[in-house]
Amino acid sequence: MTSQPVRFYQVGSFAVGNRLFDKENRTVQSDPHRSNSLDSGHRACQGCGEALGARYALDAAMRATGGQLIAVNATGCLEVFSTPYPETSWRVAWLHSLFANAPAVATGVAAALKVKGMQDVRVVGQAGDGGTVDIGFGCLSGMFERNDDVLFICYDNEAYMNTGVQRSGATPPAARTATTEAVGAEPGNVFGQGKDLPRLAMAHGIDYVATATVADLHDLEAKVERAMQFHGARYLHILVPCPLGWGSAPNDTIRVARLAAESGIFPVFEAEHGEVTAVSPIRHREPVESYLSLQSRYAHLFGEHGRPDIVARIQAIADHNISTYGLLEEQAVGTGSNETSP
Amino acid sequence: MLRQIEGSRAVAETVARCRPEVVCAYPISPQTHIIEAIGAMVKSGQLSPCEFINVESEFAAMSVSIGASATGARAYTATASQGLLFMIEAVYNAAGLGLPIVMTLANRAIGAPINIWNDHSDAMAVRDSGWIQLFAETNQEAVDLHIQAFQLAEELSLPVMVCMDGFILTHAVEGIDVPDQSDVDAFLPPYEPRQVLDPSDPISIGAMVGPEAFEEVRYLSHLRQLDALERIPVLAGEFTESFGRESGGLLHCYRTEDAETIVVALGSVLGTIKDAADARRAMGERVGVVGITSFRPFPHDAVRSALSRARRVVVVEKAFSVGFGGVLSTDIAMATHDDDLTIHTVVAGLGGRAITQHSLEGMLVDATNGRLERLTFLDLDHGIIERERDRMTATRRSGPSAENILRDLGTVASRIG
Ligand SMILES: Cc1ncc(C[n+]2csc(CCOP(=O)(O)OP(=O)(O)O)c2C)c(N)n1
Ligand code: SF4
Ligand SMILES: [Mg+2]
Repeated sequence: MTSQPVRFYQVGSFAVGNRLFDKENRTVQSDPHRSNSLDSGHRACQGCGEALGARYALDAAMRATGGQLIAVNATGCLEVFSTPYPETSWRVAWLHSLFANAPAVATGVAAALKVKGMQDVRVVGQAGDGGTVDIGFGCLSGMFERNDDVLFICYDNEAYMNTGVQRSGATPPAARTATTEAVGAEPGNVFGQGKDLPRLAMAHGIDYVATATVADLHDLEAKVERAMQFHGARYLHILVPCPLGWGSAPNDTIRVARLAAESGIFPVFEAEHGEVTAVSPIRHREPVESYLSLQSRYAHLFGEHGRPDIVARIQAIADHNISTYGLLEEQAVGTGSNETSP
Repeated sequence: MLRQIEGSRAVAETVARCRPEVVCAYPISPQTHIIEAIGAMVKSGQLSPCEFINVESEFAAMSVSIGASATGARAYTATASQGLLFMIEAVYNAAGLGLPIVMTLANRAIGAPINIWNDHSDAMAVRDSGWIQLFAETNQEAVDLHIQAFQLAEELSLPVMVCMDGFILTHAVEGIDVPDQSDVDAFLPPYEPRQVLDPSDPISIGAMVGPEAFEEVRYLSHLRQLDALERIPVLAGEFTESFGRESGGLLHCYRTEDAETIVVALGSVLGTIKDAADARRAMGERVGVVGITSFRPFPHDAVRSALSRARRVVVVEKAFSVGFGGVLSTDIAMATHDDDLTIHTVVAGLGGRAITQHSLEGMLVDATNGRLERLTFLDLDHGIIERERDRMTATRRSGPSAENILRDLGTVASRIG
């Protein structure tokens, strides 16, 4: 009898239905006994991708470590919306020091645990894209280079959201921010070289680097689990749409994140020891326009005075990603994220 | 037991005997010998258990110390000058979080112009950070203050900075007693944190605090520094009982009982000042000396009573507030608030310029004869200044002053002593 593998997107919405998994493979969030590391009642905007990503990532890390976890947070939206006392939302041992130093503080926590023989307790450092790719990069690179036992998670919403949506080194070309207004001949952010942090992390040769989005939460959790199997420096870069900064509808957060992956603009992959080991293939390729047009930060690219030339340049970036990572299903060797890419 | 040993080496051995669990530092002269020695002790297993972490910046060094301290480890670091400024955001943060980190500050000038030699500009730059700042007069006191610093820091949950003059102390080889391990162990109990990151009892540390409570949180750190004012003399007394010598305390008085003129200073220059005072006394002038050990918290009451019988106070400072004048002098004026007391600021020894007994005596003669101005700079070469001012008047693009002055001076021995 010929058999056909079950493809989760047969549910039609392209979402991975929990129902289709065995009990033990269901998401942490479907477990009523999950840790709720980032509890409800915080002050994030409606539809905040960062709140969602952090909740999934930390609960998965809590499950992976049996609750033996300490989190170090950089300044940014995640820190601000979660803590105004006495309403801290954290149900995990949690320390915030500064904007730029979360990787180093996490190193200090790991060092203290090591010296006390408590290496069963694991450390997660976390920051926004600004705290990771810009101001915190020195500390992060140092932490990678020393291979300290820290999983560092970047919640990438592609700008300095906490201070009111200013450009960061992770802001994509043409995006409008408060410091890259949609005016002039080159509206929005410049087409620079970009700062590809996952690649930079890989260049440090650390054991594990992965990207994920809040559109594929199974994948995100699996990557946290996988990361926790390694000791030493590890890096997880999660794309987290920000309705406020991106000008997307709060109920579109998941859709926008999915379109970022399905358009190829945000490649989802895993790398071990500096080599890409798996990619999440695009199941239904979308033009970048579907992704861009849902966000008012790109509004100046469309409509009567639209800039198809700029959209084409962005499409070229997506196309480049698709070929570099082999993101199309027919290109990719496997269809699951545990498969190896060519 | 006295050994001929470098100040840095003595401090490193002492810190090791305080059993730090995490030591993280970034090299900068004149602090390097301290951390090199501790690094070697950790690597050889002589200091264990201890994690010695080489980081990419001072900002990271203080940040690692913050993480380690918040996880319940005894944390130590050391820096100087530019390094202290590079970590300053984390310096404030450690104090704000109430983490009992101990740091050695090998005092050094701040650039530009870049200068590796000693003065106190670095310590003054973090005067308001919430750290306790203790100044060592001698290498023996530097050693002894470190032991007291860990005790004080952990008791109060406040970070403590031990300031020792770069090169003058750090690189001086002299007879120093490094206390035995057993004596240090008897004096310094293990670190019992007041707040700790613990998965079995998770708390949030470093939360956002708004106007509703920020002032109270800040005031509490002030109160804890005031507690330190009580504890520092007590600790110094206990130290004397345990180790048989006097070290630390709020301040040291030298021949002040009948003194008309009292010189106040911080750090190693006090030795030369005492020699100058002795010499003036031999000439019949009544000169005394007050050395401030605890600069933060500032011992207002002790200063007031130490200076209460003096007619004039001369504050010799290795730093100053540009556009204003003396820093320590301002504190002294606040403490004494006596309109009949004349307070002179003498800025001296900037960037490592030697403060000689000869110059100090000349300055004291001027003070006694009413010829000393309120603010003076010891041994300042006014000719150099005038010539550079002239060049600046003569042409718009006169160039960088530091380089002009060096060219003007020609090849001379640098005035470091
Ligand atoms: C040294 C320093 N510079 C600037 C700031 C102001 N600041 C706080 S959060 C933030 C932006 C955070 O951006 P990101 O890391 O991307 O996190 P997000 O808020 O977007 O999640 C900035 C600029 C600060 N707190 N500290
Ligand atoms: S501004 Fe963006 S990142 Fe910040 S809380 Fe709102 S949605 Fe989340
Ligand atoms: Mg951001």
